[in-house]
Amino acid sequence: MVEIEIDGKTLQVADGSTIIEAAHQLGVYIPHFCYHKKLSIAANCRMCLVQVEKAPKPMPACATPVTNGMKVFTHSELAVKAQKAVMEFLLINHPLDCPICDQGGECQLQDLAVGYGESASKYEEEKRVVPDKNLGPLVSTDMTRCINCTRCIRFTAEIAGFMELGQAFRGEHAEVMPFIGKTVDTELSGNLIDLCPVGALTSKPFRFSARTWELSRRKSVSPHDGLGSNLIVQTKHDRVIRVLPLENEDINECWLTDKERFSYQGLNSAERLTRPMVKQGGAWKEVDWNVALDYASHALRDVAKTHGGGAIGGLLSPHSTLEELYLAQKLLRGLGSENIDCRLRQSDFSADGKRKGTPWLGMKIADVSRLDRVLLVGSFLRKDQPLLAQRLRQSAKRGAQISVLHSADDDLLIKLTARAIASPSQLPAVLAQIVKAVCALKGVTADPALAGLTVSAEAQAIAQSLASGGTSGILLGNFAQQHAQAATLHSLGRQLASALGGGFGFLGEAANSVGGYVAKAVPTGAGLNAAAMIQSPRQAYVVLGAEPELDCADGAKALESLSKAAAVVVLTPFKSQTMLDYAAVLLPVSPFSETSGTFVNTEGRVQSFYAAAKPLGETRPAWKVLRVLGNLLGVTGFDFNSSEEVRTEALGGQPEFVSGLDNAIDSGALNLTASATGFERVADVPIHFADPLVRRAPALQQARDSAAPAARMNASMLAKLGLVEGGSVRVGGAAAVTLAAQLDTALPDGVVRVAAAHSATVALGAMAGVVSVEKA
Amino acid sequence: MNNQYDMLSPEALAKIDREVAKYPADQKQSAVMAALVIAQDEKGWLSQETIAAVAAYLGMAPVAAYEVASFYNMYDLQPVGKYKLTVCTNLPCALSGGVHAADYVKEKLGIDFNETTADGKFTLKEGECMGACGDAPVMLVNNKRMCSFMLPEQIDKLLAECK
Ligand code: SF4
Ligand code: FES
Ligand code: FES
Repeated sequence: MVEIEIDGKTLQVADGSTIIEAAHQLGVYIPHFCYHKKLSIAANCRMCLVQVEKAPKPMPACATPVTNGMKVFTHSELAVKAQKAVMEFLLINHPLDCPICDQGGECQLQDLAVGYGESASKYEEEKRVVPDKNLGPLVSTDMTRCINCTRCIRFTAEIAGFMELGQAFRGEHAEVMPFIGKTVDTELSGNLIDLCPVGALTSKPFRFSARTWELSRRKSVSPHDGLGSNLIVQTKHDRVIRVLPLENEDINECWLTDKERFSYQGLNSAERLTRPMVKQGGAWKEVDWNVALDYASHALRDVAKTHGGGAIGGLLSPHSTLEELYLAQKLLRGLGSENIDCRLRQSDFSADGKRKGTPWLGMKIADVSRLDRVLLVGSFLRKDQPLLAQRLRQSAKRGAQISVLHSADDDLLIKLTARAIASPSQLPAVLAQIVKAVCALKGVTADPALAGLTVSAEAQAIAQSLASGGTSGILLGNFAQQHAQAATLHSLGRQLASALGGGFGFLGEAANSVGGYVAKAVPTGAGLNAAAMIQSPRQAYVVLGAEPELDCADGAKALESLSKAAAVVVLTPFKSQTMLDYAAVLLPVSPFSETSGTFVNTEGRVQSFYAAAKPLGETRPAWKVLRVLGNLLGVTGFDFNSSEEVRTEALGGQPEFVSGLDNAIDSGALNLTASATGFERVADVPIHFADPLVRRAPALQQARDSAAPAARMNASMLAKLGLVEGGSVRVGGAAAVTLAAQLDTALPDGVVRVAAAHSATVALGAMAGVVSVEKA
Repeated sequence: MNNQYDMLSPEALAKIDREVAKYPADQKQSAVMAALVIAQDEKGWLSQETIAAVAAYLGMAPVAAYEVASFYNMYDLQPVGKYKLTVCTNLPCALSGGVHAADYVKEKLGIDFNETTADGKFTLKEGECMGACGDAPVMLVNNKRMCSFMLPEQIDKLLAECK
């Protein structure tokens, strides 16, 4: 610690702090542009000049480390004169277009110009003009406004992991731009908009749609991946027109993924269902709520009466709120059905009944950043939980060793220490090898089932890294959880973690993947899980917030079973043609922005939020709709006056973190036999197709990450089939689809990678399993 | 699969390797300036593909290599003629006839700065201080050959030499 004095106030600060950090500690504001607490120091804008006693000239506060006894004056005559002079320079070339600039009202330059700028400029020569760049569908540019602070450049290089922007040319010709002809394709690109201190980088979807001071703002929580990023949802005339991050150092820090930031466009989609609809005599009719609710309750009661409650299945989206999931399961159980599930993309349920508690991350999100050794098993981390990938990227830079076991080798933009890439059927065996090798290194007795295994060089390298010290964490990604032998991977992962004395956890796929268990939206006893209630068709289904053809592990089969059912009651914010084909009644329910509710994130944190906007049209919050259905069906315990009452009942109080989190399972004997002949399908869920809301966000759908699915194979597989990149391939599963062949050098032999959750690949059926592949 | 840097000859890559060896193994990109020179010598100029190839070879982002290539004006981002003549017009040269020398070349070749003669032989560039102000006016031929005291007779001689 050193003692310094800022503006006459003495304080203690950590060694190596800079003056600006010390000033923040004291609550003293020093004007700045290029400084950002999460980025490296560039010290190029010079706005932060302050006076330091005994220094002959003003010093940049962002780049000057404190020394013992230092005396800093941030508002002395010298400091203010320097700051004003810098401002004068910055304004020389800055256009005076604030009235038409989206940044107006929240522009650092505008704000500081008020404080430090002169009312007129001495500069009479020509101002410079910088051509705009096309950065893609999300970020709009007005490069003439750029003050060359390089925050955006440092963000792409340091936080997003790949330098997609640079400063080309020199001096007055310097321009911030991507490489010639490229766009900015990171899944974190929207953060550039927040970072840019001026109006050079603004939101393309939001462009010119409002002045920021006209907007109402509400805190909210992201309904997408398992992190539950904190949001500020902004509305104008009860329409959400912008979403910004709400800083939360424990979760999203100050970032948002593009999915979280721009998915709001889907809230205003033309596909919003705004009136209840029922199908009568084969024709759809818009009806009043009481008619629709009557219809729905009769349909469900009839099926329960004639066929028993077990004839009803509940497919609940894990993106629904805790309250919705809780009431939906309560309703279904009240009707006598145990067929309730929100784990729609899971295919192996053999851990059910053996679990000790709710599967979760196994640690706090912030603790992931503190791990020294990490093994990611079956994870498309960069697209599935981009902000966790961001944390690990920073960890790797400080020396943490990150390794990967997966069936694909997408660039995580993280420096990896070791990796093993194997076909899906081989994943358990390779993980078992890693366990065996770690047990040997640690002198721990290994599971006897592993005795016969030969440890490959890749597995050995991963084991060596894991066993080489520090705190370790084994994290199972979405792909591992959707794997046909998910329970085996689970047991092995736990064995590995216990041999290492480290952490073990699951990366939450959806906003309420943990909340679903807490809300009891999973079957117990003889109840059917998501896959089983699709495999053995039910008479009736209740679908909450999901589009089963896209959101289930086997979309084709889901569609078939739904189409055969006598009655399908769908509670949904959106309607689609597919839904109109299989459903009997559509009840318009609120998306997350139009209801109060709770998400329990992957670390078990309970995050409640209020509605940010009024429900659109006749839409109603799902918890209210379920409450009325409960009452109409005569199920007891449905007298809730608020969503808070539902939450209290579901959680048994108001905890900050839910209880009962435990990844332990009673694993029986390990089954490591792999049987796969022919091509194994590796199915990723593309980031912008993962849930109904993001699928309807037009700008995101134009992003590079939303490209149409292809059949991806490595070079030798393409050669074996006589295929060239771009040629047509027939991939045959439940039915065949024709796709373009694409080279993916990182894939193992015997694997074809075809994305799921996309209308072009639904017909294939199961996400996991064997498919046929041939030249078309 | 073809590597992105296949477009550079094995000889050029070997030369780049020699430059890379001068820096610590994890700081290959320190060799970017030398590598761009080698690539430009081989290709005549630095196209987008050439810059990307150099970046790929050094394991750096293409835009980071582009930052360097666009910063220094001895890198050519456009094709140039067989002889690239760069006339220094910075202040000391300008005071000692640099601008006149440039005007003379322009008149002789019938081109302006940043233009190439129709026969593709000469390109004229405006240069920054070459650190030889005492020899003003100075000119540089193809980035490598420095010519001092470039009065009209010298310029005539130089142009005649360039075949
Ligand atoms: S575009 Fe914005 S963030 Fe990037 S350098 Fe310019 S002013 Fe800074
Ligand atoms: S904030 Fe210190 S120089 Fe820019
Ligand atoms: S000004 Fe021309 S060489 Fe220095």
